[in-house]
Amino acid sequence: MTSVPANVPLFSAMADNAWVRFAVRRLGRLLVSTWVVITAAFLMIHLIPGDPVRAALGATAPLELVNARREALGLNDPLWLQYVHYLRDLFTGQMGTSMISGLPVSQVIGDRLPATVELAVGAFVFAIGLSVPVGLTMAVLTRGGRRRRAELAFTSTSVVLAAIPQFLVAVGLVYLFSVQLGWVPVAGRGGLGSYVLPVLALGLGPAAVLARILRVETLGVLQADYIRTARAKRLRQRRIYLRHALPNALTATITLAGLLLSGLVAGTVLVENVFAWPGLGMTIVQSILAKDYPVVQGIVLVYGLGVLLVNLVVDIALALLDPRSTIRES
Amino acid sequence: MASRLRSTWGGVLRTPLGASAATLLAAVLLLAVLAPLLWFERADTVDTANILQGPSSTHWAGTDSLGRDIFYRVLVATRLSIQLALLSTAIGVLVGLLLGAAPQLLGARAGRFVTAVVDIAVAFPGLLLALTFAVIFGVGTRGAVLAIGLATAPSFARLTSTLVASVAGRDFVAAARIIGVGRVRVLLRHILPNVGEPLVVNATIAAGSALLAFAGLSFLGLGVQAPAYDWGRLLGDGLNSIYVHPLAALVPGVVVLVAGLAFNLFGEAIAKGIARTPDIAMAPDGPRDRRGRRPMRAADATGAQADLTEDPDRPVLAVEGLRVGFPGPAGVAVEPVRGVSFTIRRGEAVGVVGESGSGKSLTALAVAALIESPGWVQAERLEFLGEDLRDTLSRTQRQLLGTTFAMVFQDPTTSFNPTQRIGRQLAEVAQEHQGNTHAQAMARAMDRLRAVRIPAAQRRAHQFPHEFSGGMRQRAMIGMGLMGAPRLIVADEPTTALDVTVQRQVLGLLDRIRAADDVALLLISHDITVVGEVCERVLVMYAGRIVEDLPAAELRTRARHPYTRALLAAVPDMKTDRDRPLAVIPGRPVDPANVPAGCAFAARCPLADDHCRQADPPLVDDGSGRRVACWHADAMLPAIPVAGDGRGAGGRGE
Repeated sequence: MTSVPANVPLFSAMADNAWVRFAVRRLGRLLVSTWVVITAAFLMIHLIPGDPVRAALGATAPLELVNARREALGLNDPLWLQYVHYLRDLFTGQMGTSMISGLPVSQVIGDRLPATVELAVGAFVFAIGLSVPVGLTMAVLTRGGRRRRAELAFTSTSVVLAAIPQFLVAVGLVYLFSVQLGWVPVAGRGGLGSYVLPVLALGLGPAAVLARILRVETLGVLQADYIRTARAKRLRQRRIYLRHALPNALTATITLAGLLLSGLVAGTVLVENVFAWPGLGMTIVQSILAKDYPVVQGIVLVYGLGVLLVNLVVDIALALLDPRSTIRES
Repeated sequence: MASRLRSTWGGVLRTPLGASAATLLAAVLLLAVLAPLLWFERADTVDTANILQGPSSTHWAGTDSLGRDIFYRVLVATRLSIQLALLSTAIGVLVGLLLGAAPQLLGARAGRFVTAVVDIAVAFPGLLLALTFAVIFGVGTRGAVLAIGLATAPSFARLTSTLVASVAGRDFVAAARIIGVGRVRVLLRHILPNVGEPLVVNATIAAGSALLAFAGLSFLGLGVQAPAYDWGRLLGDGLNSIYVHPLAALVPGVVVLVAGLAFNLFGEAIAKGIARTPDIAMAPDGPRDRRGRRPMRAADATGAQADLTEDPDRPVLAVEGLRVGFPGPAGVAVEPVRGVSFTIRRGEAVGVVGESGSGKSLTALAVAALIESPGWVQAERLEFLGEDLRDTLSRTQRQLLGTTFAMVFQDPTTSFNPTQRIGRQLAEVAQEHQGNTHAQAMARAMDRLRAVRIPAAQRRAHQFPHEFSGGMRQRAMIGMGLMGAPRLIVADEPTTALDVTVQRQVLGLLDRIRAADDVALLLISHDITVVGEVCERVLVMYAGRIVEDLPAAELRTRARHPYTRALLAAVPDMKTDRDRPLAVIPGRPVDPANVPAGCAFAARCPLADDHCRQADPPLVDDGSGRRVACWHADAMLPAIPVAGDGRGAGGRGE
């Protein structure tokens, strides 16, 4: 027993080490992925067949104007030099200027990003807030083959909800709540009411998928030996489900939640266009149609980084919830 | 392979889901072929006198801004929508197959590079990839087809490479390589046919997703351009006038949805059909007697409150006529425990031995009131410290059991919650039942860890179960039972999952605890030697019944039931002639779903006669507390039959 105090710092050093190793490994992956996203956004413009400037300005634009614009955008430099300039500009926060409005791309993104983030975060919170209680409750209610009807109703509802693409949900919601009932505005971003439908449209499908997965995972967990142990400890049912079953079911659900969330980031594009929501999604579609390539490039970059961020958060959450995962990976 | 595929698909069509999905899909495809032939004129007729009309008898879904009939436009758009979806799916599948098979086709180095690229691409949602590709290929039908096709490719490539890798290691592929079959041929002839089913399923589902994605792109104005129109285009046009004319948006929306679901559900139905084909029925008894893990609940009778002052003569546990049952596969109930009666006195150590499937673990779970629905427990008497455990437990009963009834399970690796620290899992008991604060409970937990000889208890309490060794985990599990003041420890095969050297420690620990605090012990084991050493009394179970109950000290000398004697004979000792095969009990244990009439052991018993096969022998007390259920108890056994293969043996049945 005398060795106890000596062992404590050793142990914490070891634990730190595992976390440090995890952080280094994960950070390395993040850097590589970030580089890939940045490079992909750069190459995207250069893969467009023909001359993007000519395409943007139209066939009737005078040659001098096209050449001047090409020069201004640096498109006449060799590819590697353009790449170097592109990276340098990115590090200094410059993302070029819009070919249409002449505004700096970083300003366009800065104006539009908050609306999109609000929508995505709102939908995420909604999806988690709905799916965790529903999935857990359904698992508890239908465990061991109980309540077959409730199970069938739940699984079929969630399958159908999950299969409907977000923009169709959006159209249905608009018809029901704006056109028929007139409860909330049909489009635009204004008061709190205007957030209801976009958030619902974006979050309903992911919520259905998550609830279904969480139910299945919880059912599996409820069969586990350690749940039997918890029952042998005569804990309250609530404690068994919330403290013992839920964290274990969540670790299995989170990986999928990450995929859904990055899908949610992209889903904003369609939903924003249904609701004329002044976010990045509206802007990128307008810019693609107007061939405003610097803006498109900037927004693709933001979306890509957003997805990487979501993946990072998911990995960290997973490492925190499941202590074995950090060690398993190494 | 081909016939199995056919039979799978045939089976899918017979399920309600598969049949309706297939019908729906066939209808959509038929519409795609016929609609433009039949109604192209009506869909394209401009009628400026009737623009943006609501539904009427001539225009079921109203008209658009040029007065064209929306209903027919939606029907005619089926062909283009389906064509484009299938085309982009084909591109996606083809590119995905090539990328996924790259490690096979290009060799390891190039394959690794392709795999890394795919891995990164898979992390991004398809829509984002599609938008990026749409920028490159330009706005329009061609660009959208390529964009959606290429966006589908990464996930398909990932699936292909996983499937291919699982098959590529098999013997027949290696054999093909050795005889010099080329890479492409190996892939086409030997690998792809074996991963075809899941690929087809996923391609079907991908077609549904492509349909929906295409509708999305066209809706955004990035796909099909006017004057051509697909469902997405119609939906986008309709949305602009949703206030005036909601059907213009709703009809194409619903149709897209139905068609997308038809593909998805059809794919899911096939996937389910394939998953069902190998149909591994859950064996009635797993190799590790895991049936007790099925959720169950105790039933029957009333819960009575009893005072907790201890009467030294009162049994700690009293069980009479205990039966445990489950709904069987064909609706026929199965009763793996069929009328078990025994009592355990204060401080007494009772062992239960028997082969796998004899019902000993279920007996343990039933006396602990841990059997959950759909299982059921019936008993004439089931009392722990005078408390009737047959009904749903009351709050006080729960508390009583939580502090005085300790359970130790077979596998300590799976019996601790992997996401919680050991200390917390122990402390929980004191917090729940003794009203301790977190700090008090943690102090108690560390004290208990020390009591079960866990070195550096303070540090260990803050570790997770996976940081413990197997023996240490089992000791911690025992420590968890000691958080209260246990009167009974039920240990179900506590040493089976442990190394032989650690087994001794754990058994010694149980023995010490019992001696120190006068704790009763119910030790379940398949190992009659262990039970004989640790326990005072031994219950021998066979086919859900106790067949013999005798003092452990008399096991070797005065065992009377032929089964007990066979179990003992199957244990090798120092005198066993090592040149002869080990003794085994011939025959197989009884299947609980099919218990024969008469004595359940008769089929394997050397003494069995017609009487044994017709009448079930009762468990008879000889007056001194020894009980046996055998018509021929005490009869001389003929020489134990010897079989060489060691299977069907009693000694190590689990």
